[in-house]
Amino acid sequence: MSTTAAEVGRATPTGAITAADLEKDRSFKGTIGDITSPNARMVCRDVNVYYGDKQAIKRVSLDIGKNEVVSMIGPSGCGKSTFLRCLNRMNDTIPGCRVTGLIALDGVDVYDKKLDVVPLRAQVGMVFQKPNPFPKSIYENVAYGPRIHGLTNNKTELDELVETSLRKAGLWEEVKDRLDQPGTGLSGGQQQRLCIARTIAVSPEVILMDEPCSALDPIATAKIEELIDELRENYSIAIVTHSMQQAARVSQRTAYFHLGDLVEVGETDQIFTNPQHKLTEDYITGRFG
Amino acid sequence: MQSTLLIVLLGIIALAYHFGRKRAVAVAGGPTQIKTLHSLPTYYGLYAALWAGLPALLLLGFWAGFQETVVTAMVKAQLPAEMTAGLSPGRLGLLVNDIRNLATGNIVSSEVTPEIQAAADNYLRLQGIASIALWALVLAVAAGGISLAWRSMAPQLRARNRVESTIMVILVVFSSIAILTTLGIVLSVVFESILFFRSVPLTEFFFGTHWSPQIALRADQVGAAGAFGAVPLFTGTLLISFIAMLIAVPIGLMSAIYLSEYAPRRVRSLAKPALEILAGIPTVVYGFFAALTVAPFVRDLGASLGLDVSSESALAAGFVMGIMIIPFVSSLSDDVINAVPQSMRDGSYALGATQSETVRRVIIPAALPGIVGGVLLAVSRAIGETMIVVMAAGMAANLTWNPIESVTTVTVQIVTLLTGDQEFDSPKTLAAFALGLTLFVVTLTLNIIALHIVRKYREQYE
Repeated sequence: MSTTAAEVGRATPTGAITAADLEKDRSFKGTIGDITSPNARMVCRDVNVYYGDKQAIKRVSLDIGKNEVVSMIGPSGCGKSTFLRCLNRMNDTIPGCRVTGLIALDGVDVYDKKLDVVPLRAQVGMVFQKPNPFPKSIYENVAYGPRIHGLTNNKTELDELVETSLRKAGLWEEVKDRLDQPGTGLSGGQQQRLCIARTIAVSPEVILMDEPCSALDPIATAKIEELIDELRENYSIAIVTHSMQQAARVSQRTAYFHLGDLVEVGETDQIFTNPQHKLTEDYITGRFG
Repeated sequence: MQSTLLIVLLGIIALAYHFGRKRAVAVAGGPTQIKTLHSLPTYYGLYAALWAGLPALLLLGFWAGFQETVVTAMVKAQLPAEMTAGLSPGRLGLLVNDIRNLATGNIVSSEVTPEIQAAADNYLRLQGIASIALWALVLAVAAGGISLAWRSMAPQLRARNRVESTIMVILVVFSSIAILTTLGIVLSVVFESILFFRSVPLTEFFFGTHWSPQIALRADQVGAAGAFGAVPLFTGTLLISFIAMLIAVPIGLMSAIYLSEYAPRRVRSLAKPALEILAGIPTVVYGFFAALTVAPFVRDLGASLGLDVSSESALAAGFVMGIMIIPFVSSLSDDVINAVPQSMRDGSYALGATQSETVRRVIIPAALPGIVGGVLLAVSRAIGETMIVVMAAGMAANLTWNPIESVTTVTVQIVTLLTGDQEFDSPKTLAAFALGLTLFVVTLTLNIIALHIVRKYREQYE
C-alpha cells in the first residue's frame, strides 16, 4: 500500500521507510502513502507556494478523486488552507503570492497562462471558514452565480435552479417561505448551507471547503457533515479541518500537512488507526497541534 | 497685575505638588513604606496641587470678570450730583468712558475738567485697592487649600479617586462650554428670526417668489419697500448644489472605486493624499478660480455655441463647488467600500465573478447605504458653502432652473445683508438670521440623516 513519493516522480529518498527509521529521525523525508487516486479529478504535482520570499508550501503532490472527500489536517500554519486556495486560484488575489508546479483539473493545467480563472472558479467552487452570504436576499444569493455565468434562460429556469440548489444544500424546507429575506438574517449554520447552495448553483465539479464548520455549533456542524456526505455522490470534495473527528467522519482519504510539507496521505481509517510517520502519529494522538 | 498673580499662583501650584508628594511619602513612613499609601505619591501631589490651585483660580477668574464693572459702578455712584444731573444714560456712559480713558492714559473726547480728573483719580484709587484685595484673597485661598490638603494627608486618603473625579468634573465643564456655545448661537439666531417673522409673515418668506431686501434704513432715505420671498434663494441654492453633486458624485465615487478596488498599493498611497489635497485648498481660492477662470471660460464656450451665458452663471459656481466636494465623496465612499469585508469579495470571486461584476453586484450594493450617507454629508456641505458662490454666483435673485443664468444662494444673501450699514430692527438685517436659521435646520437634518445611515451601516459589519 505504501507508495513513496519517488514512484510518482519526486526527487525524494526512495525505499521503504520503516517505523525504526522514523524513530531515529522525525524529520520530513518525503510524503508517505499513496498520493494518487484511481479516479483523479484534480491532479497536483510538486506544488510550491511562496508568499514573497517565504515558502508556504513545499513540493506537495496530491490527487483529488471523483466521488471522494479528501480531508486535510495539520497544525495551524501548516499550509493546508494555502494549498486548498491554490486549487481554484484564490491565491491570485493575494499580492506577492507565487505558485509553481502542476495543478490540473480533468487534465487541464489550471495555472496555464491562457486559462481564464472565471470558468475555473465556476468548476471549482469554494466554501469559506466564516459564512459569507452577500447582503442580498436568500434567493439572490443563490441566483448570483447562475446570473453572472448566464446559466439559465428565463425566470422559471432560474427559480428551479435556486430551488434544487437549496434542496441539495438541505436548506429548502427552512427557507422556502422567505426567499426574499436577507441571507444575513439566517443563523450561522443556515448561512453556511446557503453558501454551499450558492456554490452548488453554478454546478461545479470540485468543491473546496476551508474549515466550513469552525464557526458553527455542534448541531449545525452535524448537518453540514451529513450534507458533505450526500454531496460526495455528485462532487469531488476537498476539506480543510481542524477537527480530527470531523476528518474521520466525513472523508475517505486524509492528508496530513506539517510546516508546508505533505507528510502523509492515506485512507482515512488507516491514517487514524495506523499512521506511518511519527509526525502524523504525534498529531493524531494529540501530542502537539 | 492679574497676570503676575496668575504666574505666582502657578508657582504655588507647582510647589504644592512637590511638597504634597513629599508629605505623602513622609506620612507613609519613608520611601520604603510607599506600599502602605492608598495611592501613588504622585496622586497626593496632584491632590495638594488641585486644592492649592483650583479654588484660587476660580476666584481669580471670577474677580477678573467683575472687577471692572464693580469699580466703574462705584466711580459712577461717587460722581458729584451736578455732573450727572440731566444726562441721558448714553451721555452718562460717554462720561464714564472719558473718566476711564483719562485714568488709563488714552485719548479723552471732551475737555478735562477738575471734576473729571478727580473721578479718574478715584477710579485709579479704587482699582489699586481692588488689586491689593485680589492678591490678598487669592493667596489666602491658596494657602487655605494647601493647609486643608496638608492636614488630610494620611495613608488612608483616597487621593487617586479624588483626583480622578475632579479631573472628570473639569472635563465635563469644558465639554459643556462647547455645547453651550452651540446652543447660544442657535438661540441667538432663533430670537433674531422671531423678530424678523414679526414684521414679515412666514408664508411670504417661505412661499414668496420675489426677493428684494432693499429697504429704507433712515426715514429720509429713498428706497424700496423690500420683498422677502426667499424661494428664488432656495432654488438658486438647490440648483448650484445639484450641479455640484452632478460633478462630485460620479467623479468621487469612480475614483473611490478605483482607489479601493483596482489601484495597486503604490498608486493608492500616492493618489489618495493627492485627492485629499483638494480638500485642503481654501474655499476662497476655489472662489477666484471660479470667478476668474471657469466663469469666463463657460461664458466664452456658451458664446461660441451661440448661447447667452451670464458671466456669473450657476454652472460655473456649481462646477467649481463640485470639484471642491470630490474629496468628501471619494474619501467617505472609499472608507465604506473598504469596510465591506474581504470575505464578500472572496465569496464572489470563488463563484467565478470577475472584478467588475464583484464591484457592481456585491461591493456597491453592500456599501450603498454608506455611500448615500457620504453623499448627503457632501450635499449639506454644498448647501452651506459660501465663498465660492459669493465670488462666482452673483447677486441677482432669479427664479430659474437655467444653469447658464445668474442665480444667488442663501449664503450669498446672508453675506450681502450683513455687510455694510445695518440696523438691527430692520427686516433687511434680520432676514439674514431667518435665512441662517433655515440653512441651519436644513443642513442639520441632512447631517443627522447621513450620520444615522453611515452608523447603521457600520454596525452591520462589526
